[in-house]
Amino acid sequence: MTDAPALEARRLFAAYHREPVLSDISLTLAAGQWTAIVGPNGAGKSSLLKVVLGTLRPLRGELRVLGASASQQRRAGKIAYMPQHEQVEWDFPVSVRETVMTGRYGLMRRDPWWQRVVPQRWANSLHRDAVDEALDAVDMREHAARPIGELSGGQKKRVMLARALAQQAEILLLDEPLAGVDPPSERLILRMLERERRAGRSIVMVTHDLPSARQHADQVALINHVLVGIGAPDEMLSDAMLAQLAVGGSPKGGLCVAA
Amino acid sequence: MSLLEGLGNGLIEALIALLMLGVNLLPESFSAAFEYRFMQRALLTAVLVGAICGLLSSFVVLKRWSLLGDAISHAVLPGVAIAYLLGWPFFIGAFITGALTSLGIGAIERHTRIKPDAAMGLMFTAAFALGIVIISKIASSTHLMHILFGNVLGVQTSALLLTLMAGLVTLLAVWLAYRPLLLYTFDPQQAQALGFNVGLIHYGLIMLLTLTIVASLETVGIILVVAMLITPGATAHLLTDRFKPMLAISVLVGIASAVAGLLLSFHFDVASGGAIVLVATALFCLTLFAAPRHGLVVRLWQRARLSR
Repeated sequence: MTDAPALEARRLFAAYHREPVLSDISLTLAAGQWTAIVGPNGAGKSSLLKVVLGTLRPLRGELRVLGASASQQRRAGKIAYMPQHEQVEWDFPVSVRETVMTGRYGLMRRDPWWQRVVPQRWANSLHRDAVDEALDAVDMREHAARPIGELSGGQKKRVMLARALAQQAEILLLDEPLAGVDPPSERLILRMLERERRAGRSIVMVTHDLPSARQHADQVALINHVLVGIGAPDEMLSDAMLAQLAVGGSPKGGLCVAA
Repeated sequence: MSLLEGLGNGLIEALIALLMLGVNLLPESFSAAFEYRFMQRALLTAVLVGAICGLLSSFVVLKRWSLLGDAISHAVLPGVAIAYLLGWPFFIGAFITGALTSLGIGAIERHTRIKPDAAMGLMFTAAFALGIVIISKIASSTHLMHILFGNVLGVQTSALLLTLMAGLVTLLAVWLAYRPLLLYTFDPQQAQALGFNVGLIHYGLIMLLTLTIVASLETVGIILVVAMLITPGATAHLLTDRFKPMLAISVLVGIASAVAGLLLSFHFDVASGGAIVLVATALFCLTLFAAPRHGLVVRLWQRARLSR
């Protein structure tokens, strides 16, 4: 199980309405690693996550997640996701606790059928415990009853992280987890991700925050429609590589590094 | 069939008796209208339609499906006409054209550069026009008027049964699929990440919408049903920040508007559909001003206090 790579893409192509976003992406992310995906805006970083999530269907290529198909692993609850700020409907009438509880919804399908027709407090306490723990982990327990729309930017990010944590998945996909976050929240989020990696989970983080990528990630993948390079943070975040990333990179060179 | 019919009639009688228990507790001036048999049936229909429209309107408002609701309600017309021609139940035809139209909208959106709002406008006006043409050929204009604008005072037993059935199906579906529906409405991407079948949820929700629209046909009519699918949910959204209370409030707003509109329609001899929607709109306006947290008065007061 742990031998299979967290993510294995082979010659992946994807497009929105004939507009190509991912071209010939091949990469292998070993399980238990923290990978930062870096690239310019609109370069297909989020699209790569979307292919894993199943919201963007690849035109060609193959994707394996922990040795099985992505859809199998999604149904098995192995993939947790933390969306970009703009992707979330903050006006939606849900409390912090309910939002984090939605992270358990996939696992709840395994509960006996009657649990879905009774109030949550009579149902499996496992889910409530996981939610409490996740809320404690991001220091949001005292805000559990508040509507999500009332929170500050950093608190909103922490709630979304808590939702992903509550799922107790094998892989965490994070889309810009540090964007627009106050320094204490940023430290807290990074500390929690460190904890998850120590627990053997794989982290894939799309980010613009190069210092934190350099400091925390095991490896960095540079993406600008093609894979420009993948390797150790110091090597990938050098001035020369970043310059190459900005101009769109040389796909051949990038592929050689990946292979 | 006759057994089913008998069962249905029995259920209707029982529910009417139950409603009348409540009505008889009210003052004479209010309850007098309900001595008539047709008013009792209209009351039951109004309560049912108000409840299911209210329940679904929360999803419509939060999912930004107002225009889609409008599109489906118009697209139902040719289906009703064709079903009438073939002697089928209205619901079958209405459901087929409603579903075809929403599929057509999706196809145009995905495969051309036309934007979603234009795709919806295009498809539903075309379907509606087709419906008008067919009906103008086969039915009297009063009949058309009733389909377009509703006539709750003259509701037929078959329509009442359909409304009852639609109500039960909708209630059961929302109860059993509460979590997938909530998650899909709130964050479809997360629903997909957790391996839910979002296509099934999407079309299931559209199916419930179509069912509700057909069930409301005789009460508020095709043109105004979309108001009942928006206004109660919008009102509830201003009153609460929790999902379950929002569902409950929009159901209550739906029922209250339908019953009050029915009474207004009876006393002043005006169109029932219009009266019902006007009451709903009045409730919305009241909420817009006076809602405890999201109302205009509170907001202005807060702003004045901050600027001082």
